Amino acid sequence: MMQRYSAAALLRHGLNRHTTWRRAWRTPPLKDAYDVIVIGAGGHGLATAYHLARDHGITNVAVLERGWLGGGNIARNTVTIRSNYMRDASIAFYVKSVELYEGLTRDLNFNMMHSKRTMVDVVQTYPKLRELRRRQLTMDIYGSTYEQISVEELRRRIPALTGGGPEARLPVIAGMVHTDAGVNRHDAVAWGYARASDAMGVEIHQQTAVQHLVRGPDGRIEGVETNRGMIRAPKVAVAVSGHTTTLTETVGLNLPLRTMNLTAFVSEPVKPLVDVIVNCPDSGFYFSQSDKGEMVIGGAPDMGQSFRRDIKQHVFEDTVTAMLSLFPSFKQLKLLRQWGGHLDISHDASPIMDETDVPGLFITAGWWGGYKAIPAGGLTLAHLVATGRPHPLMEKFTLNRFRHLDYVMESGTTTAR
Amino acid sequence: MQGDRLPEGGRIDRARPLSFTFNGRALQGYDGDTLASALLANGIHLCARSFKYHRPRGIVGLGVEEPSALVELLGDDASGNRPATTIPLREGLVAQSVNCWPGPGFDLGAVTQLIGRFIPAGFYYKTFKWPNWHLFEPAIRRAAGLAAAPTEPPAKGHFENRYAHCDVLVAGAGPAGLQAALEAARAGRRVILADEGVEAGGGLLNRRLTISGAPALDWVAGVVAELEAMPNVTHLQNATVWAYREHNYLMVNERAPDHPGLLERNWRIRAGEVICATGAIERMLVFGNNDRPGVMLASAAQAYVNRFGVRPGKRAVVFTNNSSAYAVAADLISGGVEVAAIIDSRAQVSEAARALVPNVEILTGHVVTTTRGGRALKGVEVAPLAGGASRRIACDLLAQSGGWNPAVHLWSQSRGTLRYDETLATFLSDKPAQAVTCVGAANGEIALDDDSDDLPYAIEPLWRVEQARGKAFLDIQNDVTVDDVHLALREGYDTVEHVKRYTTGGMGIDQGKTGNINIIGTVALAQGAAPGEIGTTTFRAPYTPVSFGAIGGLREESVTFPYRHTPITEWNHARGAFMYEAGARWRRPGYFPQAGESFQESVNRECRAVRQIVGVYDGSPLGTFELKGRDVGKFLDHLYTNIMSTLSPGQVRYGMMLSDDGLILDDGVVLRLSEHRWIVSTSTGHADAIHAHMEEQRQTCFPDWNLFVTNVTSQWNNATICGPRARALMEALGADVDLAPDALPFMGFADGQVADLPARIVRVSFTGELSFEINVAPRHMRALWERIMEVGAAFDITPVGSEANHVLRVEKGFLSLGHEVDGTVDPFDLGMGWVMSKKKPDYLGKHAVALRRAGTRDRRELVGLRPEPDQMIPEGAPLTQGGDRKPTEGLVTACVFSVVHDAWVGLALLENGQARHGEIVHVRLTDRTIPARVTAPVHYDPKGERLRS
Amino acid sequence: MMNIPCPFCGARNESEFAYGGPVKPDRPDPNAVPDEDWTAYLTRVPNPLGPVQERWHHVRGCGTWLTIWRDTRTHDIVEGPSDAG
Repeated sequence: MMQRYSAAALLRHGLNRHTTWRRAWRTPPLKDAYDVIVIGAGGHGLATAYHLARDHGITNVAVLERGWLGGGNIARNTVTIRSNYMRDASIAFYVKSVELYEGLTRDLNFNMMHSKRTMVDVVQTYPKLRELRRRQLTMDIYGSTYEQISVEELRRRIPALTGGGPEARLPVIAGMVHTDAGVNRHDAVAWGYARASDAMGVEIHQQTAVQHLVRGPDGRIEGVETNRGMIRAPKVAVAVSGHTTTLTETVGLNLPLRTMNLTAFVSEPVKPLVDVIVNCPDSGFYFSQSDKGEMVIGGAPDMGQSFRRDIKQHVFEDTVTAMLSLFPSFKQLKLLRQWGGHLDISHDASPIMDETDVPGLFITAGWWGGYKAIPAGGLTLAHLVATGRPHPLMEKFTLNRFRHLDYVMESGTTTAR
Repeated sequence: MQGDRLPEGGRIDRARPLSFTFNGRALQGYDGDTLASALLANGIHLCARSFKYHRPRGIVGLGVEEPSALVELLGDDASGNRPATTIPLREGLVAQSVNCWPGPGFDLGAVTQLIGRFIPAGFYYKTFKWPNWHLFEPAIRRAAGLAAAPTEPPAKGHFENRYAHCDVLVAGAGPAGLQAALEAARAGRRVILADEGVEAGGGLLNRRLTISGAPALDWVAGVVAELEAMPNVTHLQNATVWAYREHNYLMVNERAPDHPGLLERNWRIRAGEVICATGAIERMLVFGNNDRPGVMLASAAQAYVNRFGVRPGKRAVVFTNNSSAYAVAADLISGGVEVAAIIDSRAQVSEAARALVPNVEILTGHVVTTTRGGRALKGVEVAPLAGGASRRIACDLLAQSGGWNPAVHLWSQSRGTLRYDETLATFLSDKPAQAVTCVGAANGEIALDDDSDDLPYAIEPLWRVEQARGKAFLDIQNDVTVDDVHLALREGYDTVEHVKRYTTGGMGIDQGKTGNINIIGTVALAQGAAPGEIGTTTFRAPYTPVSFGAIGGLREESVTFPYRHTPITEWNHARGAFMYEAGARWRRPGYFPQAGESFQESVNRECRAVRQIVGVYDGSPLGTFELKGRDVGKFLDHLYTNIMSTLSPGQVRYGMMLSDDGLILDDGVVLRLSEHRWIVSTSTGHADAIHAHMEEQRQTCFPDWNLFVTNVTSQWNNATICGPRARALMEALGADVDLAPDALPFMGFADGQVADLPARIVRVSFTGELSFEINVAPRHMRALWERIMEVGAAFDITPVGSEANHVLRVEKGFLSLGHEVDGTVDPFDLGMGWVMSKKKPDYLGKHAVALRRAGTRDRRELVGLRPEPDQMIPEGAPLTQGGDRKPTEGLVTACVFSVVHDAWVGLALLENGQARHGEIVHVRLTDRTIPARVTAPVHYDPKGERLRS
Repeated sequence: MMNIPCPFCGARNESEFAYGGPVKPDRPDPNAVPDEDWTAYLTRVPNPLGPVQERWHHVRGCGTWLTIWRDTRTHDIVEGPSDAG
């Protein structure tokens, strides 16, 4: 039974000097077999375990984590949650994910601090405006909101946007407002899912590194070999963004994935200045101000495959320069901390969720900005693992598309380099 | 009145008093002060309120490690969240406390102290859930954030970047760094020495040591003088090495460089070798109310006396777990501070240490359990470590030393590993990952060597005082207490990263420089593990906060991303063209409005001119490449879907390039100039990408082929004359080639003279009209253009912008990359299957297109659209069955007003569209649907008679 | 900012180069291999946790497409396997 969190509980436990709070999750002994093993106690892995238990009654589940739970990309992202995509399949999926996120605080009895604070795109080129208006009309079919605003309105909503005037190289020409977008607290998402899954019987095993996957004589998945020994399960789900191929190579799979590094950085904390998520697609950066006051800024990916968790200086400088051209007052703001996360990007830059050629082995991978996909990613992967069939929201995102070269080209570019 | 300024001593210039303002009070300090030392000289300890509980906070440290005394500078150098210890005092400085209102003495936010018991670490995860976070968020946001956000860029001055290369970069100009720099420089190596302080000397500046019997600062002065005299040395002060990247690439932020108007300079240094002489940072001790103003790091108290001639208190207690605080006590006494007692948690203290403070009471095996006082320290409670009765000692200064942490931040950023050292009770550099070494205190050599009178360093770790009473802070910036860490552990947040995130310990502006190790120690104690098993959290750049202005430097967008111009740009401006960037950084005219004209009226007029008379546009930005060699033909056969090798000299052929994935890369025309010389022309937007693609194919796939690719985009400009009267205008211009349709047919070209200028005339058409593309060298372009205008006046010549070009190509159903081609369609979908050679067994994309077509159904195909009734359709609008809320079955790729039809015409990608001509489909907008009839994707001159005329 | 050795220009800053992707096996004859092999060739690249062979285009320099081995864990430019050709 999960200990309830509430203001009254805080008061009650406060009188006991907070010595009566129970562990948010157990550290149970490791068994040698489970019904399902989920590799990776990040957002997607924990959400999958949660939905396996809640929606499908599958609770004999082990989530294996080589480090600490919530320590992967969920620990190092910019917490932007939105559904302004271009293709039908993507929009439908992310609309679902945003909806699930909005209810997550209550579902998990853990305050995610979900702040539906709107994303505002600062548009600087006509082709981009055309593309975003294309998104707007398709998104409307799925109930996701997007609306064009004038430059005056844009500057009223973002007073710090003082650059990009008529004489600028890329003058600001319009804004697009996505009111469904929001931010929340990333650690809380990991911890909330972990706590709720644990309460339903799911076991989370940290410091349990999977060294390789194990196939049985019939070719099916049999389990995983870890630093704590062999663990068996008829179904194994891999949710280890960035390291997917490292694991799947151990059973001879060759997947259309590459590992790349995406960076983010934060400024010093300052008093509230910007109350929306600001996205500048033509300049290549976006940011929002956290409740703590830090500007949380994301920019361009690093070039080349990378398993590092830091950024190349010149890529970072390009992002900063772009930011200063639109927000010149940020010259006086200071960089406090920066980091990178490695994630895998698929050949067509869209996610992959499927059972692999090794029966019983499932992957969820290729999430580029996969934080916003966590709730629906967990929902749909649990469905796939439990039923063996892709969830309707993820039918387009199977491995099969690469057999027919029938890509899901979300970026709208003409190449899949 | 600097009441706590000592009568003499310190490295300040008493002849140069400086006036400054703090929280509205006019005060005075001296040149050489920091804001912190000047405040202390004026008897001001209280200068901030803490982040969460708004507790009164004073000055704790000396430099960048300062966790507490954050201020905001106003006026010209406005910036926030600055440690007062790092701000050199200057005349007229205006500073104020952050995070308190109305001021640090009476702070309304302090009401949170009253409910502190009910808001432990992570309390917000457990509450504020009902009805939703939005109810609480605005208040929380206002409460957070420390300093106000800057609203203006710096009033004067600018930032710059500078590249530098060196054999050896020495980070830190303390004793070890100076010694290392000197040795390298004497060996003739190119040395950069960078130090964050205002002057060299590091920790020696704060102490009264001797080296080889002489004052240590004499030694410093000697070394600095020798380095300054050497041409192979660059010596930077006020310069922080803040990032250590791959391939020994490091960033140095130099503040106040000696250059007028320059605010900060960011150095990008590629170093052959790096020496981290970054020193060590003293850590706090953890006991009750250890955050009270008047509680200070021992080394800081020492420095205020020695370096700044300031008395940080009248009566001090020293609390330590190591030997370094004894010299502090001695120096305090020399500065006129009474030292009431030294509280040492260790059982044994060396005779040498005792000898430094012969008349001071030393309580070994004792700890401070709590402090007394309100906004200022009044005394401490002291008790035996083993337990027992406590004793009260009055004091207004508590100098504490929890031992020393080597500053391994840069080392760790370089990916060097760390190990825990039991003897020094700290983390030390272990295995390097790049060409870097740690020296001196950064390498764990906390005390100077035998040549000095420094005491040997000895420490017994004291991660926290168990008998602490009151809040015992581990991170005084983020208000993280021992209880918070214990709560985190109790709730299962039991790795150091979880503890950090749950409690926010170490996540402040100081990034936990004085306190993180105590968190690690506290976790270790609770888990019965060694600190080495707990490990550290990750050290990341920057070492200290760096302004974004310095990172961006002078890189204004006009410098880093200049526009591409054609020689007609000025003419366009003079003509009043509406210009914008239209792909690949080309700034092009969208349209040429005449007085009183709307956008649509201008575009219509330009279109009408082309369709009815003659227009001209500047086609210079189109990518142009000259290919030479015996193997160009077969190379182009590999790159293009159709056969190019059979082209005869003098002919032009349209072609399409696919990626090997079968996605459309580009389209354009190919000219064969002679047997071995070809011109490939590409779209404007993809010219660079296609150039890279051709070179990649040539160099990596066909290195043996005889073939060269030269980008001649900027060697050729062109003016394209198009319209029914184009030939008449060409003749009026004067050309020495036969322009008759038989002599120079569509898809032909000829070299000759046009308007007495050497030119290549190419018969291609992007508008569907009779067109002559006149290619000339850029030096002739302006003359050609003006001649066309002059001669064309008789024809009512009309300059045409890219908007009208778009309309004209849509009328013709010519595809546009980015509109009709969005990464999902192949040539067959566009009705251009003819461009895919069946004869060639293989070329880029052939097999992929075949495979994709075999494996997919209901492909989206290019069609024309005629809205019924006539109206504009927004580009990008989806087509759904019946206009209902259903998955899309297509997309309107373009819709323009056709002057030919006097109606709106469009193009669309529609599922199975080629079989649906004549059908009515529905465009779904947010508020209505638009029925439209499906047509062939050519709205004008389907037989192409006009462009062939 | 890596320091990339260009065979013509020497070691130059990474910002002078454009990334050219990991080196794939030689392009098979699509008419001679099974479709699965062809799609695998098109869509799969090596993604090692460790040294990867990759191309860089000295686009703001001499224009050369060059090949290096780089460790994806560290960005160190390393010696390739001896049989790498």
